Amino acid sequence: MNWITNYVRPRINSIFSRREVPENLWSKCDSCGTMLFHREISDNLNVCSECGHHMHITPRDRFLALFDGGVFSEIDVPEPLTDPLQFRDQKKYPERMKAAQKGTGEKEAMLVAAGEIGRTPVVCAAQDFSFMGGSMGMYVGNAIVKAAEEAVRLGRPLILFSAAGGARMQEGILSLMQMPRSTVAIQMLKEKNLPYIVVLTHPTTGGVTASYAMLGDIQIAEPNALICFAGPRVIEQTIREKLPEGFQRAEYLLDHGMLDRVTDRRKLREELIVICRQLMKMPPPTWGDLPAPGPDEAKMPQTKPAK
Amino acid sequence: MTHYLDFEKPLAEIEGKAEELRALARDNEGMDVASEAAALDAKAQAMLKDLYGKLTPWRKCQVARHPERPHCKDYIEALFTEYMPLAGDRNFADDHAVMGGTARFNDMPVVVIGHEKGNDTQSRLDRNFGMARPEGYRKAVRLMEMADKFGLPVITLIDTPGAYPGKGAEERGQSEAIARSTEKCLQIGVPLVSVVIGEGGSGGAVAFATANRVAMLEHSVYSVISPEGCASILWKDSDKMREAAEALRLTAQDLIKLGVADRVIPEPLGGAHRDRAVVIANVGKAIAGMLEEMDGHKAKDLIRARRQKFLSMGSKGLAA
Ligand SMILES: [Zn+2]
Repeated sequence: MNWITNYVRPRINSIFSRREVPENLWSKCDSCGTMLFHREISDNLNVCSECGHHMHITPRDRFLALFDGGVFSEIDVPEPLTDPLQFRDQKKYPERMKAAQKGTGEKEAMLVAAGEIGRTPVVCAAQDFSFMGGSMGMYVGNAIVKAAEEAVRLGRPLILFSAAGGARMQEGILSLMQMPRSTVAIQMLKEKNLPYIVVLTHPTTGGVTASYAMLGDIQIAEPNALICFAGPRVIEQTIREKLPEGFQRAEYLLDHGMLDRVTDRRKLREELIVICRQLMKMPPPTWGDLPAPGPDEAKMPQTKPAK
Repeated sequence: MTHYLDFEKPLAEIEGKAEELRALARDNEGMDVASEAAALDAKAQAMLKDLYGKLTPWRKCQVARHPERPHCKDYIEALFTEYMPLAGDRNFADDHAVMGGTARFNDMPVVVIGHEKGNDTQSRLDRNFGMARPEGYRKAVRLMEMADKFGLPVITLIDTPGAYPGKGAEERGQSEAIARSTEKCLQIGVPLVSVVIGEGGSGGAVAFATANRVAMLEHSVYSVISPEGCASILWKDSDKMREAAEALRLTAQDLIKLGVADRVIPEPLGGAHRDRAVVIANVGKAIAGMLEEMDGHKAKDLIRARRQKFLSMGSKGLAA
């Protein structure tokens, strides 16, 4: 897969690529154990049709389902230095990176794109948990800064889907510095009164939760997502007691006032459209199957931020 | 009674012998041990120089966590006058892991905030070993807002193993509290200077150290994760903390190269705990120096410069 250039991939491609999957492929839901046909899973945005369990979804698949007609333009993220600390544990960091790139077909742990959802121009960033645990390093920081700059330049809301085990240890202190760095990016949006909407997906933990993932104007989480600063195992070791059922899950956070909403992935697009349009003072959306916008959607009229 | 670190064992023996000799001389009048004791002292001094001249990153962690190391409270008492402790987050509790209040620094009114670890069993428990809960960060946010309102510079002293990983802390929004504290650091239109005096533990440290200037004590550390934590995740063996400490580049000397720290404050030979007066004076000089660098700067320039500093951080790697 070519991830170097900006490109637009219409939804039709994803249908073809799905067809390449052998017809006899079945997967087991990690939660209820039901055998599900692959096609059924992807049509359902990787949500189990039996029990509603939300399985992992890649940023690319998420964007294909989210943007009108599956059309979006990927935004280039400035390249950070590779291996700034010359970090070596049992493996060298560049080797781990190569393995992650090979395994995911992606360049790094965050994808940034511009496009329209329900004819509402937005910028989206999504973190990829399958890429080194979605960990936040210089690249993810650059991606957030770039996403915020684009949202400001285009006068659009930024929707960010978080998913991460935390900071990228192989970048040491520079990964930690992405906490203030991403916070600066979010401030750029806030100063222009542009909506910043966070969708917390499973799992969002550590320094990611303690920075950009908790600073949204609106905080939405997917059902049962683990959202925390310290992970449950660390806490159990510290306090030496068992944690209650559902601790640090999305619904638990909602009960404790830490979230605005917990929303099923299958309803998310609709909600994001409604919220973005309200906050941008745009007229209510027209529902139904809209044709894909033209190939150069970036040239379409832009909305101005609310004052 | 000095507390010796594991790598200081040979030193403990020599200093112990010198002490014994002197005790013997006190009990037996006319016994002359002066020259022998002096020779031992010289030997100990040479050993200290040797040990501390080339501290490995892991040993620096040990020194940074030394139980007798001066802590936030010691610096506040020695360097500030009229310290007025201000308590509470106005929401839930007062977190004793975080000290804060108004004070004067060289007669200038300021707000000082820092993590306090405690220095004996009782105070360590009371301070929760310097591990703050959400209330600690929210208290800091409140104090920074007040400083901003009245135009008082903010000085933060960083010394925490990290934010407290507890049940209540999570329920009350540990992540959000840290995120808001970092955000507040970036918003205030007054000079914000930080000194890492011991351990700069991850997000719990960033929440106070997103500053215009960051100084680090010579043997302090600042890291995304503790070496033990990193070792257990990446090496699957928490005993590999020496290797992890090496790889993480958490020393003041490395953080200068990475552009994360702006200056290193020298410690007395053998670490801050061996001569508190000296290290406290050095920290005082550094704070004065950093504040002076921002003298006369306008609020919006301070904010812009602080943001720019963090936006451009890391772009040059170790060559910064
Ligand atoms: Zn299921």
